[in-house]
Amino acid sequence: MNSQAMSANNPSDLPVVSDRLAKNAMRNVSERLIEALLLGAAAVSVLTTVGIVYVLVSESIHFFQQVSIVDFLTDTQWTPLFDDAHFGIMVLVSGTVVSSLVALSVAIPMGTIIAIYLSEFANSKVREIAKPILELLGGIPTIVFGYFALLVVTPVLQVILPELPGFSLLSAGLVMGIMIVPYIASLSEDAMRAVPMSLREGAYAMGSTRLYTALHVVVPAAFSGLAASYILAISRAVGETMILAVAAGMQPNLTWNPMEPAATITSYIVQVALGDLPHGSIGYLTIFAAGLTLLLITLVFNILGQWLRAKFRENY
Amino acid sequence: MQIHDNPALKAEARNLNFYYGEAKALKGINMPIYDKKVTALIGPSGCGKSTYLRSFNRMHDLYPGNRYEGEIRFFPDNTNLLSPEVDPIEVRMRVGMVFQKPNPFPKSIYENVAYGLRVRGENNKRVLDDKVEHALKGGALWDEVKDRLNELASNLSGGQQQRLCIARALATDPELLLFDEPTSALDPIATAAIEELVHELKKRVTILIVTHNMQQAARVSDYTAYMFLGEMIEFGKTDEIFLKPKDKRTEDYITGRMG
Repeated sequence: MNSQAMSANNPSDLPVVSDRLAKNAMRNVSERLIEALLLGAAAVSVLTTVGIVYVLVSESIHFFQQVSIVDFLTDTQWTPLFDDAHFGIMVLVSGTVVSSLVALSVAIPMGTIIAIYLSEFANSKVREIAKPILELLGGIPTIVFGYFALLVVTPVLQVILPELPGFSLLSAGLVMGIMIVPYIASLSEDAMRAVPMSLREGAYAMGSTRLYTALHVVVPAAFSGLAASYILAISRAVGETMILAVAAGMQPNLTWNPMEPAATITSYIVQVALGDLPHGSIGYLTIFAAGLTLLLITLVFNILGQWLRAKFRENY
Repeated sequence: MQIHDNPALKAEARNLNFYYGEAKALKGINMPIYDKKVTALIGPSGCGKSTYLRSFNRMHDLYPGNRYEGEIRFFPDNTNLLSPEVDPIEVRMRVGMVFQKPNPFPKSIYENVAYGLRVRGENNKRVLDDKVEHALKGGALWDEVKDRLNELASNLSGGQQQRLCIARALATDPELLLFDEPTSALDPIATAAIEELVHELKKRVTILIVTHNMQQAARVSDYTAYMFLGEMIEFGKTDEIFLKPKDKRTEDYITGRMG
């Protein structure tokens, strides 16, 4: 023991490294290569983001050289292509906010209830069938949802609400909510299933029913995951385009009433981008200003999501 | 099995078999649980001690494919806990459990202890305050947490969390308290605190404890049962089991481990 320790301290006494332990130059090269490849892949997505932000910001700077930020935020009209041009982004923001609120008021309760059912009540057979079908719903192209809203949901709603116009934030928002349900249900279910069984057993051992366990132990334990799924849902709702472009009408309309048609930030961008605007004109620049606004809104929610996740991290 | 001057029975397993699907995990177990005594279950891993313990509060009902045969009689009312007509939730209202790893709920210390009371529909603040304090004192935790009852339970140390889980189980005044290796995740000091607590608790409640640690069984229990491969090999007063076991297999296990 002692003599070994001493010889290890003296390098000249060390035995020659055997072939098996010798450094392998080829392996070094291939490791480096793979590392470079991985870094490259990561860089693509980071650079894309940087590029998008750069374009949005630089074009928006041109826009704000012509329109003041105060007007942009306070004007109550959005008529960038008229002779009497107004650039009140709140008009579009109101459409985005109202349609998102309608969507979330459908998607959050429904998605959460489905997740609780799948995670805490359904047996494994039901779950194995139901979950893929549910996720399929998330794979339907949004244009299909858009026409579903316009041609099915709106007429049905008009039976109950006769004064509902043919295009409305309500009908587009409801269908958008249904579209978002699978995202919330799937992510929330994952979060609840990650709650360790020992916690559930503890609750059952105290005499709780399944529902009481689900609501009072599993949901609070999975809260950070639920919050993350809600935040993702908000980002989806705010960024959704086609359903709103098809079913909500595209008139810029400063309203908080879901029964009215209105344009949202995204549907405005689609509308203008489809038109024939000269590069560099003020109408063209509004696309970037609106896009930047959208980016900032989703950024706020992403930061909020990160914060929620850190605050309510799983501590079981 | 013939023990004279026996105390009153709290529960009794009668010809209990248990199956995980096709696999028979408990084989014809007969065993008394005496009132206000500590009974320890010892035996090598996989011998069925935890399976047996978890039959008392019907934990196996949570998973599909599990099946009981035989009876666990519960006294003084002589109910068969395993009867299909008996609601497992009612069983768990009378039989508390403390798990291997502390599993406090993601709530405050106060709400953890109040949990079982709230499950039973108690919402009166004064009653809750009172019972929470009493339970935390019973769990030997009150002095450490009385000034921070609203903090998250997960901020407590492992040993404190386990005592919190004991207090949580005590809050609803169970008649039988099951401990499933309650100290295997704890350091020696926290373990000593739990053992002392178990000793204290038997004045109020009957205790059934599974342990890997034979010294622990010798220290805390009045009665000991040795299980092996799903069978009850020997049951008796703890002193007798450890000093003069009747069965060769019990002796091998005890001497093999204790050296």
